[in-house]
Amino acid sequence: MQRLSVPLLLTACLVIAIGMVQGGVLDGYAQMVFMFVGINIIMATSLNLINGNMGEFACGHAGFMAVGAYVSSVLTVAFLTDSRFGPAILPESAALWFFPVSLLAGAAVAAVAGLLVAFPSFKTRGDYLAIITIAASYIIKSAIENIDAVGGARGFMGMSRVVSAMNSTIDLPWMIIWTFGSAVLCVFVIRRYVSSTYGKGVMAICQDEVAANIMSVNTNRVKLVTFMLSSGLAGLAGGLFAHAIGYVNPGNFTILKSTEAMVMVYLGGMGSLSGAVMAAILITFLMESLRFLIPMLDTALHAVYLLPDGYELTQVWKWVIIPLLLILLMMFRPEGIMGNKEISDVFPKLKKFYTFK
Amino acid sequence: MEIFLSTLVQNVLNALQWGSFYSLIALGYCLVYGVLQLINFAHGDIFMVGAYIAYFVATLFLGVQFGLIPPGMPGWMVLALAVPLTMILTAMVGVTLERVAYRPLRRKGAHRLYVVITALMCGLILEHANLALLGASRRRFPHLIEERLWDFGFFSVTNLKVMVILAALLVFIGLRLIVTRTRIGMAMRAISWDRFAIPLMGIPVDSVIIFTFILGSSIAGLGGLLFAMSYPVLEPYMGALIGWKAFIAAVVGGIGSIRGAYVGGFLLGFVEIMVVAIFPSTFRDLISFTILLMILSYKPTGLFGMARTTKI
Repeated sequence: MQRLSVPLLLTACLVIAIGMVQGGVLDGYAQMVFMFVGINIIMATSLNLINGNMGEFACGHAGFMAVGAYVSSVLTVAFLTDSRFGPAILPESAALWFFPVSLLAGAAVAAVAGLLVAFPSFKTRGDYLAIITIAASYIIKSAIENIDAVGGARGFMGMSRVVSAMNSTIDLPWMIIWTFGSAVLCVFVIRRYVSSTYGKGVMAICQDEVAANIMSVNTNRVKLVTFMLSSGLAGLAGGLFAHAIGYVNPGNFTILKSTEAMVMVYLGGMGSLSGAVMAAILITFLMESLRFLIPMLDTALHAVYLLPDGYELTQVWKWVIIPLLLILLMMFRPEGIMGNKEISDVFPKLKKFYTFK
Repeated sequence: MEIFLSTLVQNVLNALQWGSFYSLIALGYCLVYGVLQLINFAHGDIFMVGAYIAYFVATLFLGVQFGLIPPGMPGWMVLALAVPLTMILTAMVGVTLERVAYRPLRRKGAHRLYVVITALMCGLILEHANLALLGASRRRFPHLIEERLWDFGFFSVTNLKVMVILAALLVFIGLRLIVTRTRIGMAMRAISWDRFAIPLMGIPVDSVIIFTFILGSSIAGLGGLLFAMSYPVLEPYMGALIGWKAFIAAVVGGIGSIRGAYVGGFLLGFVEIMVVAIFPSTFRDLISFTILLMILSYKPTGLFGMARTTKI
């Protein structure tokens, strides 16, 4: 029972979610929020692998997300629909098995793009590596802008037909299933990786790279694998993001997107997997609730005459409120929600009920 | 041949002007980094705030806005008043950030990365608060001095261009003098050498850090004023990209070295202008960032940076 409790709980969650969607309880918007939670969990945990566990400062994670988004959506659109790449190659019912394949292909290409950061990281560290990650994300973004076949700066669309092809084959909310599955897979893979003997090298690099090297950790190989794993998972998130929205353009993957992922990592606590998951859920719900809170606040402030008549609070304030919250957090609890601990360290009695290795 | 030569000289002049802005911002990055080991990610947005302050100061003195001062002041006088005022006001913004956001964290002895994240968030707040308060409409910077074109036969140069390039050079020389020749510059170098032993010598660390922020932010304010005069359209996001790029320039030069920041800014300016002159302009970011990535892979601590050995 102890061994089965986590899989059972996750299955129960998924079944409840599907039941609620099929029963019409969750509308399209709620489903979208659910998918964003999953995507953000993948982004936060994969960035946490570099920033938290390995102790490097990567701030261009959105670039790899863009690679995954574009590769997987080009594959699905080219193979499954009549588009600018010619008529469909596979029948519509193939969408069900081809979609996860294309997601994995996007993740693989993003992992290869991760080499752009991994190779310079052998010689460089610290602030210089931060620059390399930013430069890499800018290079990827402006390379996509210059490829005319995928729409350049105008963006790329057609993914929603793939999603509806999946839904018409078997009537289930497939995007939710894939997002949920990918998020679980991502957390599982990172957990296995970090707690493995090989992954101990990642923490050794975080403590002291030179010492780790002397103690026979092959730092270059550990860094290479970690960067590739992290950027590959970001590519997976990108593929899901593209298909959830149904439209991508390079403007989606700016430094603001990377910042969002960084906020989640630092809010959760450096190197804490459960913290990153919690922070991803929290930030996503916060951002979505601000969408309603800001107009409410606007009417409330106008009602008590605190705001001049011609001025109204807009959604731009969202990006003032969230950084402000993070600054306050940094002042009063700089280690984030969980600090360096996992949830089983905070509540040791929980260990009786589940195993998660 | 003659056309080629004149285009080349014209592009070099453009690159010098464009590189001056990068240099001015990169110098600010480099000062703060040199003293505090802190990447002040808000610096690009302080540059943007400087440009906006310059706009409000200039329109105030021209009598276009607020109606406090009657119109009719000549342009050169407005400029002469706007330069110090912009520098002072922008320095105040920078010092406020230091006081409110960075110092409490430093007092607590928080890890360096948390301060960097705070700086990034401060930049986001400046950007979006500006967007929310002043609206998304772009503003036009007024003409302060009449542009004169000096023709030298096979190339020509405007007085504004000369002014920008000279300003960057003067700021560079002044900073070098301050850092190498004065007592407070010596204190700055000492703090960057050893943060923990220096207070024991009786050096007031906090006031030296404040002085660093005053220097860095006022240079950013000057850069903002000159930028707004050269490219007179202001928007809230103007600081973001140019700030990132100036930071990259500072790193390529070897962050912490004033000479490196100056040269790195001009290098980036040259690369960008030459790329635009040869390729379509959409390739600018792609090629310039690739070149910088290659430089950093080849020389990991930048052009003038010193490789530090780690003791265990």
